[in-house]
Amino acid sequence: MTAAVAEYPRAGGASLKRNRRWALFTSYFFLILFAIFFLTPPYYMIVTSLKSDAEVAHLASNPWIIANGVTLEQYRLLFRETDFLIYFKNTVIVTLCVVTITMVVSVLAAFSLSRMRFWGSGILATGIFLTYLIPDTLLFIPLFQIVRGLGLLNSYWSMVLVYPTLTVPFCTWIMIGYFQSIPKELDEAALIDGAGHMQMLLKIFIPVALPGIIAATIFAFTVSWAAFVYPIAFLFSADQQVLTVGTVTSLIKADVYKWGMLMAGALVAAAPPLIVYAFLMDYYIAGLTAGATKG
Amino acid sequence: MADVALRDVVKRFDEVEAVRNISLNIPDSEFVVLVGPSGCGKSTTLRMIAGLEEVTEGEILIGGNVVNDVPPKDRDIAMVFQNYALYPHMTVFENMSFGLRLRRTPKAEIRARVEQAAKILDITELLDRRPKQLSGGQRQRVAMGRAIVRNPKVFLFDEPLSNLDAKLRVQMRTEIKRVHQKVKTTTVYVTHDQVEAMTLADRVVVMNGGRIEQIGRPHDLYHRPKTHFVAGFIGSPAMNFLPARLQPNGEALMLRLSPELAFPVPPAHAARYRPSVGKDLIFGLRPEHITEPRGEERDPRYEFSMTVDVIEPMGMETMVFFTVHGKEVCARVEPTAAKPPGQPIRLYANLNHMHLIDPATESVL
Ligand SMILES: Nc1ncnc2c1ncn2[C@@H]1O[C@H](COP(=O)(O)OP(=O)(O)O)[C@@H](O)[C@H]1O
Ligand SMILES: [Mg+2]
Repeated sequence: MTAAVAEYPRAGGASLKRNRRWALFTSYFFLILFAIFFLTPPYYMIVTSLKSDAEVAHLASNPWIIANGVTLEQYRLLFRETDFLIYFKNTVIVTLCVVTITMVVSVLAAFSLSRMRFWGSGILATGIFLTYLIPDTLLFIPLFQIVRGLGLLNSYWSMVLVYPTLTVPFCTWIMIGYFQSIPKELDEAALIDGAGHMQMLLKIFIPVALPGIIAATIFAFTVSWAAFVYPIAFLFSADQQVLTVGTVTSLIKADVYKWGMLMAGALVAAAPPLIVYAFLMDYYIAGLTAGATKG
Repeated sequence: MADVALRDVVKRFDEVEAVRNISLNIPDSEFVVLVGPSGCGKSTTLRMIAGLEEVTEGEILIGGNVVNDVPPKDRDIAMVFQNYALYPHMTVFENMSFGLRLRRTPKAEIRARVEQAAKILDITELLDRRPKQLSGGQRQRVAMGRAIVRNPKVFLFDEPLSNLDAKLRVQMRTEIKRVHQKVKTTTVYVTHDQVEAMTLADRVVVMNGGRIEQIGRPHDLYHRPKTHFVAGFIGSPAMNFLPARLQPNGEALMLRLSPELAFPVPPAHAARYRPSVGKDLIFGLRPEHITEPRGEERDPRYEFSMTVDVIEPMGMETMVFFTVHGKEVCARVEPTAAKPPGQPIRLYANLNHMHLIDPATESVL
């Protein structure tokens, strides 16, 4: 077979090689272009966060380089002089709770909707997705009433209550798709092997469905880490505020922008998602390729 | 070990009646094969025995107990699926021991039983691998290993060999038979392949359209099919069918297949067929009973000439196809007796093995 392969492309060999080189060249060109495009804002943030206020304010200086020496002053001020660490703690608590609630509810919902046939299960699955299509900019008005009714206004626990209205439908919906791609004989084999439904779910189904579950986890994490509309509507005092709204409200006073601290705050706030993505992506990709060769 | 019984079992999926009133008794340690075309309800029947589908009507008994409402985990059965359904995140050892671990079997016993099963199936050196590192045949063995370590009352197989290539399928067929002879567990095996059914089964259950057509030993099904469907389904190449009529000829009967072609009915069959004289019938004869004239005691009245349409050499013998009254017929002749297409060939019909079918009832007379 190798001989045949070696013989065959000889006639067009030169042009094949040229095609390949051309393909490589265009791939690199566009990859580099996109990398520059997407890495410019973070670069700008890093550079600005390491400057002194004086340099940031100096109109004649080049914004892309640090001319007057690197300083960690902005970070020191952010942590010492503002409530940034409180916001950070609140966001971590809210996100952990939201991700946990979302994953428990939507893994179970997606499992039953993808595996058990019951009356109306198809309509239910579509309905769940439709609720996701209603934008939170509309939903926050009725939700305000509900949150106030529950006495949760101006408490970050209201976030733990309202974020799942965004995350559960979408996570359920993407996991239904993934779960359906897992052969149902796998859970049937577990049931026959002597597992109850819960054992089957925990020992067989969830490990096998992990790539899909992780994709949903990443989504739930991102939503609750980065949401803006609900906290700005429901949270007023600094001790209850979360990162997104907190950073903006405490560092922008009317038309005075504390650029250095804003950039430092944004960078610190972006670190956990980056770490989570990097860690979970490894799992995610490993899971995907394992599934591909399972055949 | 246990016997299995189905009593008037019906399964409906909304409108679709997948299984229509099936009754079947499977004694302890018997190997029963459910065979039939795709969609005839074999898998549904098996899945009801496993407890994966609810029974709409009727009863299923395992070891004398009605199990209609018993969940699969408490039925003490093992099942091998067509796609093997090995747990991809576990090693072969973990796959095989999963059921035992759920039952909190002592560690030493688990190891002993897995190793014994692995030895029977010759997969000892694969125990640390993951399913994705195995070939199709090895996965098949692991799936069987997972079934036998539990030492269940009943084995259920749903088309376990369909994903293997032809050569491996024959090997694994022998393997399954060997394992059954060793462990003697009651087995229900589903396949659409009648050769698999014939070679494996103690008894074959032929299904069609959600019903049982016939139950019998392979030999009986082959030689004494009860219905048109069974006659055509069992045997490869399939039985030839031709429209026919019986005509009285003094004491004897004549079988007329076309204006030119008629044979006397052998006296052994004549009494049985006499009431059907004059009716439209279907005549059935297997290809191996249409040969070149051979042997000493042959009767010249059963010899006839035909023009060859197509030949298919098979090595040991050659299939010769010709047309009778617009219908294709297959004969099985010695390679040396075969003639090229377009040439006349002399053939002999052994009507001692003939079947007559009443098209109104589809049953064999
Ligand atoms: N879950 C189901 N829902 C609806 N119809 C089904 C279902 N499973 C099987 N059927 C139908 O029942 C019939 C028998 O199916 P099955 O038992 O799988 O056939 P076989 O295994 O003999 O090929 C088919 O017509 C099939 O379409
Ligand atoms: Mg089937």
